[in-house]
Amino acid sequence: MLVSIYRYNPEVDDAPYMKDYQIDLPEGKDLMVLDVLNLLKAQDPTISYRRSCREGVCGSDGMNMSGKNGLACITTVSEAAKNGKLVLRPLPGLPVIRDLVVDMGQFYKQYEKIRPFLINDTPAPAIERLQSPEEREKLDGLYECILCACCSTACPSFWWNPDKFIGPSGLLQAYRFLADSRDTATQERLGDLDDPFSVFRCHGIMNCVNVCPKGLNPTKAIGNIRSMLLQRAT
Amino acid sequence: MVTQITSFGRSGLYDWMMQRISAVVLSLYTVFIIGYLLLHPDLTFDQWSALFETTWMRIFSLMMLLSIGMHSWIGLWSISTDYIKPTGIRFFFQALCGLLMFVYIVWGIQVLWGL
Repeated sequence: MLVSIYRYNPEVDDAPYMKDYQIDLPEGKDLMVLDVLNLLKAQDPTISYRRSCREGVCGSDGMNMSGKNGLACITTVSEAAKNGKLVLRPLPGLPVIRDLVVDMGQFYKQYEKIRPFLINDTPAPAIERLQSPEEREKLDGLYECILCACCSTACPSFWWNPDKFIGPSGLLQAYRFLADSRDTATQERLGDLDDPFSVFRCHGIMNCVNVCPKGLNPTKAIGNIRSMLLQRAT
Repeated sequence: MVTQITSFGRSGLYDWMMQRISAVVLSLYTVFIIGYLLLHPDLTFDQWSALFETTWMRIFSLMMLLSIGMHSWIGLWSISTDYIKPTGIRFFFQALCGLLMFVYIVWGIQVLWGL
């Protein structure tokens, strides 16, 4: 199989380039893209990429596989390859540190902005803050985000305004705390988001939903934030 | 919170709401005009000008004109902040769009109301 990999080592290369590798894959087995990368790394130890849990939990190996963002460890070669060729590129829109490794600084900065932790001014109870099963249910489809950045780096609004638009991942997390019955900072959180960029740069094209490896729906969460902002202002 | 001063309502929520309201007005107007033309295949100038003489049509047309102005301003402002990064050029483009929309609204009122 032909695998084309984006190569760039700023210490050596003047510009990034695509390098082709030929690899024999075992018959009768559909390997994951990460397995292929590991095999190639044995062939050429200079290939750089991030990986850790190798089972879609840590979110380290987000990359662009034949044009679609996803996690290399849970995407099969048959899913990712097009016309017998596998093209691997770093996540789009973020600065490349080396090969498939990107600088996630901007992504984390947006995450930090939404204050991703429970804020509660009321005195702490003796044991824990209880939630009813219905209240807990509201967090389903939100808390599962692993911050792999596949969604935000598939979003043109995030490409053009990564410093101003929170991005689908950050907004999904923002709604996770807005929807939490134990959080008391709802009004402040909404106030922080009420500008023309943070939320409203989303034009609902749903690239984020299309690529999310965990099957989450940031567009829906953004719609809910909009409804909350509208309710607050009317 | 990101601050800015050149957007239509200086609030993301307001711009978003106006974009949707103006879109509804524009679609209603389009459907109405297409429907009217289909129902009057042998339309004469007198019929056409009589339609635009009525008060409700003037209100509807003025709403449509203002909606076009708002809708295009919000849309072009979004596009300019996405794609034009140098501040001077972006401000010039936005000012030009604002001027054009104002001209179109005044000109449109003149045409439609026969002033």
